[in-house]
Amino acid sequence: MSPAPVPARKLRVATTSLAGCFGCHMSFLDIDEHLFELVELIEFDRSPLTDIKDVGPCDIGLIEGGVCNAENVHVLREFRRHCKTLIALGACAVNGGLPAQRNHLPLSECLREVYQFRPGLENGQIPNDPELPLPLDKVRPIHEVVRIDYFLPGCPPSGPAIWKFLTDLIAGRTPRLAGGLLHYD
Amino acid sequence: MTKQFLLDGQPVPFEDGQTILEAARKAGHYIPSLCWHQDFPPHGSCKLCIVKAAGRHVSACATPAKEGWEVESNTPEMNGERRGLLQMLFVEGNHFCPSCEKSGNCELQALGYEYEMLTPRFRHFFPERPVDASHPDMLLDFNRCIFCELCVRASRDVDGKSVFALTGRGIHKHLAVNAESGRLADTDFSKDDLAARICPVGVILPKGRGFAVPIGERTFDTETIRSKTLKEEES
Repeated sequence: MSPAPVPARKLRVATTSLAGCFGCHMSFLDIDEHLFELVELIEFDRSPLTDIKDVGPCDIGLIEGGVCNAENVHVLREFRRHCKTLIALGACAVNGGLPAQRNHLPLSECLREVYQFRPGLENGQIPNDPELPLPLDKVRPIHEVVRIDYFLPGCPPSGPAIWKFLTDLIAGRTPRLAGGLLHYD
Repeated sequence: MTKQFLLDGQPVPFEDGQTILEAARKAGHYIPSLCWHQDFPPHGSCKLCIVKAAGRHVSACATPAKEGWEVESNTPEMNGERRGLLQMLFVEGNHFCPSCEKSGNCELQALGYEYEMLTPRFRHFFPERPVDASHPDMLLDFNRCIFCELCVRASRDVDGKSVFALTGRGIHKHLAVNAESGRLADTDFSKDDLAARICPVGVILPKGRGFAVPIGERTFDTETIRSKTLKEEES
């Protein structure tokens, strides 16, 4: 794979995990020694890797996970506002994934099952702290909430798939997953 | 002289009564399909074999070839429409590949790869479709049904049992089991039926097997649906 040409300035990249498991972020780290090439080309804004809490103006935003609560909607809209190119990273961001498997159950039933009726619980009650974001009735893929520029499926997308995608994007090519890099699982 | 039509500019010979799809595959050209099977009459429901013949959109599986026709199939326009059809199939059901035992061997998924479907694009329906695990040997996960009717046809025409049927219309259409209780256990369905192994997606699955083949060694990990289909046509 041809290395991306070094841009005039480093591209600013923000990442976040909404209703995801951080597996896509772990897979991102699986690009291994390419990380050294990558840090020559980009710098991180808000990301679990920097612990910056608010997203600023960015070239690229990577969103892992779908939208399952009000805070996810807020963060996703912030990313859309600040990122020139917004990417759905992984199955949950692309189609809701595992969290969306609760969509055929009433939300109240899910909460009661976990917080009231789970074996071993005493005096269980549904959490009701005002600081907790309110869950949505259904988990949604992120393209159903904001406009998304590119999609990178996979559970998680493999390190090589993420590297191919990012190098295409940084080099100004339309990202393309060919030769077995495209997977939905 | 044998009759022929042009497929993407290439001459394809055919005999009277042969469909565009049959003639094309026989001549080594790939036209995709999900609901078509060589042992059954065409169903024409998945529409993935859509081609432009003499300027009109037709299902290649159900349209007899005609002398001198110019047929467009592997073009950006037709492949774009196929991608759109795949996206509609994906949002209409609950296709969660990471938890599906058919993943890697699923024709719907393989066609998603073939036509580089990166996003379902549309709004998901998230329909409610409870599974039927009543049968001792087989599981029915209706979430993944694409209404191709292959199990219906196999059970009725080959197994002679008529275990399955499609019922309801529009968004309410669903696969039904032919028993008063609606449960598979209350039919004479057997794991040895053709209907038990004809499903192109992950609806009709054997119990007690699980994820038997590791990722990387499953059917469509090692070859594309295009090359697999053409290889089967040759043999």
